[in-house]
Amino acid sequence: MPNLEHPAYPAARLLQLESLVPCRESQVSMLLSIFGERQHFSFPSIFIYGHTSSGKTYVMQTLLNTLQLPHVFVNCVEYFTSRLLLEEILIQLQSRSSETEQTSHVSCDTFNDFVRLFKQAVKSQELQDETLYVVLDRAEQLREMEANILPAFLRLQELTDRSVTVVLLSEIVWELFRPTTGCFEPVTLYFPDYSIGHLQKILSQNHPPEYSTDFYSAYINILLGVFYMVCRNLKELHHLAALNFSKYCEPVVRGEANERDTRKLWKNIEPHLKKAMQTVYLREVSSSQWERLQLDSGEPGQLKGLSAHTHVELPYYSKFLLIAAYLASYNPVRTDKRFFLKHHGKIRKTMKKHEKTSNHLLGPKPFPLDRLLAILYSIVDDRVVPTANIFSQITSLVTLQLLSVVGHNDQLDGPRYKCTVSLDFIRAVAR
Amino acid sequence: GCFVFKPSSKKRKVVHRTVDDFKEHNSDPEDAELRFLTCQTLWNQIKSETQQIQEDLNKQLFDNLVDFLRRSHAERQEKTTEWTCRMKSREIPTAALVLGVNVTDHDVTFRSLTEVLQNDITPYTALLEAKDCPGIKNLMQKLMAQLMNCSLSVDSLEDEDYVQVSQKKIRCSMTSLVNWYEAATKVGDSETPSKKRTTSERCQYPPVVVIFKDMESFTTKVLQDFIVISSQHIHELPLVLIFGIATSPMIIHSLLPHSVSSLLCIELFQSLSCTEHLSTIIDKVLLTAQFPFKLGEKVLQVLINIFLYHDFSVHNFIKGYQLCIMEHFYSQPLSILCCHLVDANKRVNSLSHSQCENIRRLPSFRRYVESQAAEKQIALLTEDTFLKETVKELLGELLVYHENYVSVLRCLHVFTSSLPKYPLGKQIRELHCACLEGQVWETEEYQAVLQLARMLNKSDLVTVLQQCVEIFVSSSAKESDKTVEKLKDFLTQFQKLEEAFQEQDVSVPSQKELQKKTDLYHLQKTLLELKESRRSKKMTQFEMLRLEVVDYIDSLVRNHLVPADRRTLHETVYFNTASVLREHLNAAPRIALHTALNNPYCYLKNQALKGDGGGISSKAPDICIVYKLHLECGRLINLVDWLEAFSTVVMAAEGLNADAASSDQVDDIIHARFIRAVSELELLGFIKPSKQKTDHMARLTWGGC
Repeated sequence: MPNLEHPAYPAARLLQLESLVPCRESQVSMLLSIFGERQHFSFPSIFIYGHTSSGKTYVMQTLLNTLQLPHVFVNCVEYFTSRLLLEEILIQLQSRSSETEQTSHVSCDTFNDFVRLFKQAVKSQELQDETLYVVLDRAEQLREMEANILPAFLRLQELTDRSVTVVLLSEIVWELFRPTTGCFEPVTLYFPDYSIGHLQKILSQNHPPEYSTDFYSAYINILLGVFYMVCRNLKELHHLAALNFSKYCEPVVRGEANERDTRKLWKNIEPHLKKAMQTVYLREVSSSQWERLQLDSGEPGQLKGLSAHTHVELPYYSKFLLIAAYLASYNPVRTDKRFFLKHHGKIRKTMKKHEKTSNHLLGPKPFPLDRLLAILYSIVDDRVVPTANIFSQITSLVTLQLLSVVGHNDQLDGPRYKCTVSLDFIRAVAR
Repeated sequence: GCFVFKPSSKKRKVVHRTVDDFKEHNSDPEDAELRFLTCQTLWNQIKSETQQIQEDLNKQLFDNLVDFLRRSHAERQEKTTEWTCRMKSREIPTAALVLGVNVTDHDVTFRSLTEVLQNDITPYTALLEAKDCPGIKNLMQKLMAQLMNCSLSVDSLEDEDYVQVSQKKIRCSMTSLVNWYEAATKVGDSETPSKKRTTSERCQYPPVVVIFKDMESFTTKVLQDFIVISSQHIHELPLVLIFGIATSPMIIHSLLPHSVSSLLCIELFQSLSCTEHLSTIIDKVLLTAQFPFKLGEKVLQVLINIFLYHDFSVHNFIKGYQLCIMEHFYSQPLSILCCHLVDANKRVNSLSHSQCENIRRLPSFRRYVESQAAEKQIALLTEDTFLKETVKELLGELLVYHENYVSVLRCLHVFTSSLPKYPLGKQIRELHCACLEGQVWETEEYQAVLQLARMLNKSDLVTVLQQCVEIFVSSSAKESDKTVEKLKDFLTQFQKLEEAFQEQDVSVPSQKELQKKTDLYHLQKTLLELKESRRSKKMTQFEMLRLEVVDYIDSLVRNHLVPADRRTLHETVYFNTASVLREHLNAAPRIALHTALNNPYCYLKNQALKGDGGGISSKAPDICIVYKLHLECGRLINLVDWLEAFSTVVMAAEGLNADAASSDQVDDIIHARFIRAVSELELLGFIKPSKQKTDHMARLTWGGC
């Protein structure tokens, strides 16, 4: 375990920081050495990537807050246009200096304006001798903004001629960012996933005040044993741990077992956790419903998840339209004559089986409207009048996402559709 | 291609149509004003009734939702210090509201839901529709505009950065929303401490409810972004989402990946199915003597078919019903009598002579006259005053008939719905249609019902009878007292029977005898004897009573469920022209187009076009001629031949003699007209240029191949 050491910062602060970022010591010390001392010019841009909930945002935030480095923290999803993003950075900069005085609305349309305003803001705050950190979380969104935004941010130090470092946080690798026209290459830093040991350590840290650390870490051990296979998301595990802990404590509260009686506790909690994996983890059952269920100590089986309600009631012709669409999507055109005409030729059975499997694997194929209607007429027993209602039903099936339009929406003659529902769904409808 | 026909367009007409309008375009202008007013009042009554019904039906759902909303943020605010609450990630409370595929009905539901929410929970509600939110930007804009009641400029959508420099416009970001919320709740506290907040239920920080009206139509990205953004501000902004779902809650999983759906705390709410909704509407509006207006069998069938076969929309059903009311009052001069009996009697007194003639012309009245004695016939046909008296009587009879009809129908329905396989239909509407269609007791299904009813066991029969008693007790019909007495009498007889049976010994000797006999031959013999005796045995008292009950019900049915079109003067209150309704509500665009092109008189009403007996009239518009000519061709149409034929038809009209026609050269004007007509036809989608042969057009409609 490398202890954090840096001449520029007091040791107490570093110690505090270390306790706050367990299992990320090496990354933090790496960052610290890149950052250098407060007044040093740092590297212009740093790119940090790693899987979901590998602590990128948390580490960055804790680091900057604990060491009280001047920084601006922006989430690119939240500020979805370049304009909003740039303005937000400026607003945060202004509010750093003057907390009480409400700053007037800045408007910033282009990056050029941004650079100008940025310089002003930095100057007014006497930040010249300290490095300012601009952290852009979820930086993959930058790629969807104007083409100049990302390269400009990477060179912000050069453009503004101020001591500023841009930190990009993302879940995807740098190679997917690199613009074709070339740009300044940032320092890339990888945050690896937490291992099971890490998870155990981090989760056990926040134990409830009523219970001992050992008791809680035993619980975490059991929890990880069940969930580690499917979920390594720290946030989610935290949530699940909090949700199910009261159930784990039940025997202790009732006095049936003491805190050391791990085997008994395990027997009590294990089926419960398995159930949780199938329901609450998938959000089939909401967390609050799950909690209420625990309070009432009812059987988890009685609560039906979201997926249990798959049945969709459809009007008569909609059903047939959907079935016809399914047939049109999964049957090749040349078999139509054989299936839907009364006087068809001989049925050759040789190829049939092979065809069927492959068609379902290949997925739905587009079909024209005329074919859909022709199949509809042949599968409905009585005569169908092609009324406006029938046509509007096709459109409403599209809006319900049971069918989808292939090609452009504005193509009025001969629209083509695809059936997007599964065989099980069609079976339920056809029944 | 999709052709959407909106029934609401008719309604607009009503609103704007003045009484004069009603009069002017009418072929039978008698009492138009009165008819119009009657129509209006009747419709208003029905409208408020249906709204009331809908509210009642939704009450349960709304109560649950309101409960959920109260709970969602309250409990979190209470115990923020507790360990579990600190540890749990804060999810956005979300209600998944499954409303069924009848998307047209959702509007009403959401409107009343917003009302309920604003009354009970929170002033901050926003309703988002997919069509307004193609991107996250538009969504935020819409949301903030609705929440802050201020209009952001929507016109500058094409601008990438629509928020212009002007000061009053707000940045469309979640931060400004959070700021606004803080300001709003603060202001609310200081300014109106007593006004609205007296209700203790409303907490200090009311949640902000965002309703997504049609979840399926939203794009995945917009939803995901919005949820991710708002989950970061959930601590400052108590947001609650409501997803309106038309299909099944599975759509949430298919729209949102796990990383996003794990930010939500989804609870499911299911609305009443639309078929139940319809049944209630039919039950409360159609099957009641409260409203004088009635639907004929065919009309009702059309409305129900549109509902079941096409859209499942109760809203459209009610609109169709409204159309029926309007058509009835518009087209039937005698519809002034379609009101409550007291008013109707007054109106009969003031009938004009021509209206009396109208009455005499009614087929049902003619039938009635023919069945009368000769002197009476003359009196009816000549004396207006006598006629009026008779009409009053007949209207009274009609009312009594309706009252009895409804209760007997319900009674019969109780019987049929307790039988296996529901021979006369499960729903009362099916039974109603069957009764309106013809004499129901002559149908095979009815015979089957009687057969099965004669085999009901006692407990079933007693419960059915009790239900029937309740129906008749609650009905206002005059004869119901007698019926109730009779039915109660049956019930007491059953009671007695039971008592008598209990007094009797339960000794059944035959069983014991059976066990004694071990000899196979004897056993067989006794069994045969037993069977014989059972067959020949007189019916038990119970069976006799049962037969009596069924016969009584049968007699009720025969007396009271006479189809309405057998009743005299039924035309005044029954609307029966299904063809009009079908034309309006279930339009067939292809057929209409064919009619227009094939028989232009139908729409143009030009006398010159009339009497077109199959041949091609030269006076018809060019496109009609071209269309008719093209019907005679095969899949590919030769343009030259077509032009030739066209010019022949047109020349014949202009009376040019044979030698002009025989010349090869076609007149330029005719040529131009032909080209225009053909391109019009192409525009309508009947033909298209063919690549197989250069000077040919391909037919696109069926019949060509």
